[in-house]
Amino acid sequence: MNSKAYSLFLKDFKSELRTRYAINALAMFIIVAISVILFSVGNEKISPSLTGGLFWVVIFFTAMSGLSRAFVSEEERGTALTLQLIAAPSTVFSGKLIFNIILVFAMNTIIAILYSAMFEAFIIKNFALFLTSFVFGNIGLAVSSTIIAAIIAKAGAKGTLYPVLSFPILLPLILTSVQLTLFAFDGISFERAKFELAIVVSYDVIMLTASYMLFDFIWKE
Amino acid sequence: MIWKIFLFLLLAFVSVAGIAFPIVENPTRWYEFPLIPGLEENAKIIFFHVPTAWLTVVAFLMSTIFSFKYLRKKNLDDDVKSYAAAQLGMVFCILATVTGAVWAKFAWGSFWSWDPRQTSIFALLLIYGAWFALRSSIESEEKRATLSAVYSMIAFITVPFFIFIMPRIMSGLHPGSADDTNAGPVVNFKMNGNMLLIFFLSLIGFTILYFWIWQVGYKSILLREKLNKKLIRG
Repeated sequence: MNSKAYSLFLKDFKSELRTRYAINALAMFIIVAISVILFSVGNEKISPSLTGGLFWVVIFFTAMSGLSRAFVSEEERGTALTLQLIAAPSTVFSGKLIFNIILVFAMNTIIAILYSAMFEAFIIKNFALFLTSFVFGNIGLAVSSTIIAAIIAKAGAKGTLYPVLSFPILLPLILTSVQLTLFAFDGISFERAKFELAIVVSYDVIMLTASYMLFDFIWKE
Repeated sequence: MIWKIFLFLLLAFVSVAGIAFPIVENPTRWYEFPLIPGLEENAKIIFFHVPTAWLTVVAFLMSTIFSFKYLRKKNLDDDVKSYAAAQLGMVFCILATVTGAVWAKFAWGSFWSWDPRQTSIFALLLIYGAWFALRSSIESEEKRATLSAVYSMIAFITVPFFIFIMPRIMSGLHPGSADDTNAGPVVNFKMNGNMLLIFFLSLIGFTILYFWIWQVGYKSILLREKLNKKLIRG
């Protein structure tokens, strides 16, 4: 089953390399969003707390612009039925999830690098904490947006509905991640941030479990 | 019929008592409410605002339970019940948000201040809104039922996080929150016997009202669907 999920991921990866639709869209979206923020900031000096919030604003909307591709493309090309025949629902979900996780990590790393280059207030004092919260936050983001993308692909309206449906689900994760980013800016130790870290980790675990349990219903529809 | 008259009398009594009974410093007579420092006359909203917030949560829970039932049995009646519950939940959610905001203008000085409970009710409002947006975008009945059931289950499991996160991120202004030194845990000891009694009567009255409207709601939807099918068959 794992090898099947891996080959599904490879198929997505190869077709993505061929068209480069998601990568191009995400890259351009990141550049556009950050430059809009930079233009509106102008010569103002913005505080670290605002920078941390804006960091997650860009991450959220970038994720919303590109991550629904994983399932929507299958429905558009009419290949969803073939996938239903050759693989179990959980395998399909695993393959799509691996693809989205890699996409999220790539785009968020680029956003973080651009932020540290462009914003003076983006100075991370506790890098280990930032990295830990970044990793778990990305996984949670990928899991939630993958399961919502599966719902969106089956529903009629594809583009506009995605952020609307994702935002309430992602809200706990985003709030906690903003808090953790601010902790990393302030150089707060792991010991004091462990409650927030526990929330992010349990969010990941719960969403992952629920997604695997509920995906069968969506996929067979 | 008899319980409808009972419900009418109960809610009429609660409305009159909740609005008209005076708040005095040392209550001696049965119809007098105690003065809660920091709340004063504003305390009376508890008879109307808290039941709406409570029913928002009850409706959300019921909608999720019937969604779960639908996913197990695939009976479209369960989807209709879930839909009727969520409709009412949305109405009560708006009522709770608006009454709370108006109250906050007088008690805290601004309509909205991102208190933990305001943020939670806002998140619930977003979830309800997203749920109805999802439902309206799907034509086929079964597909709509399944997808919205799945979405309401996913939304339901994120709710406990708010309970843990909110108090850490923002400080509470709301009466009854943990770090509220001013009005304190209102329900526990600041209210006297008659205030508690009317509060719980109002809670019971509104809950019965909710179940009644919910029954009427889902039965009317079921009847409409039956009629539609009859018309199509000719």
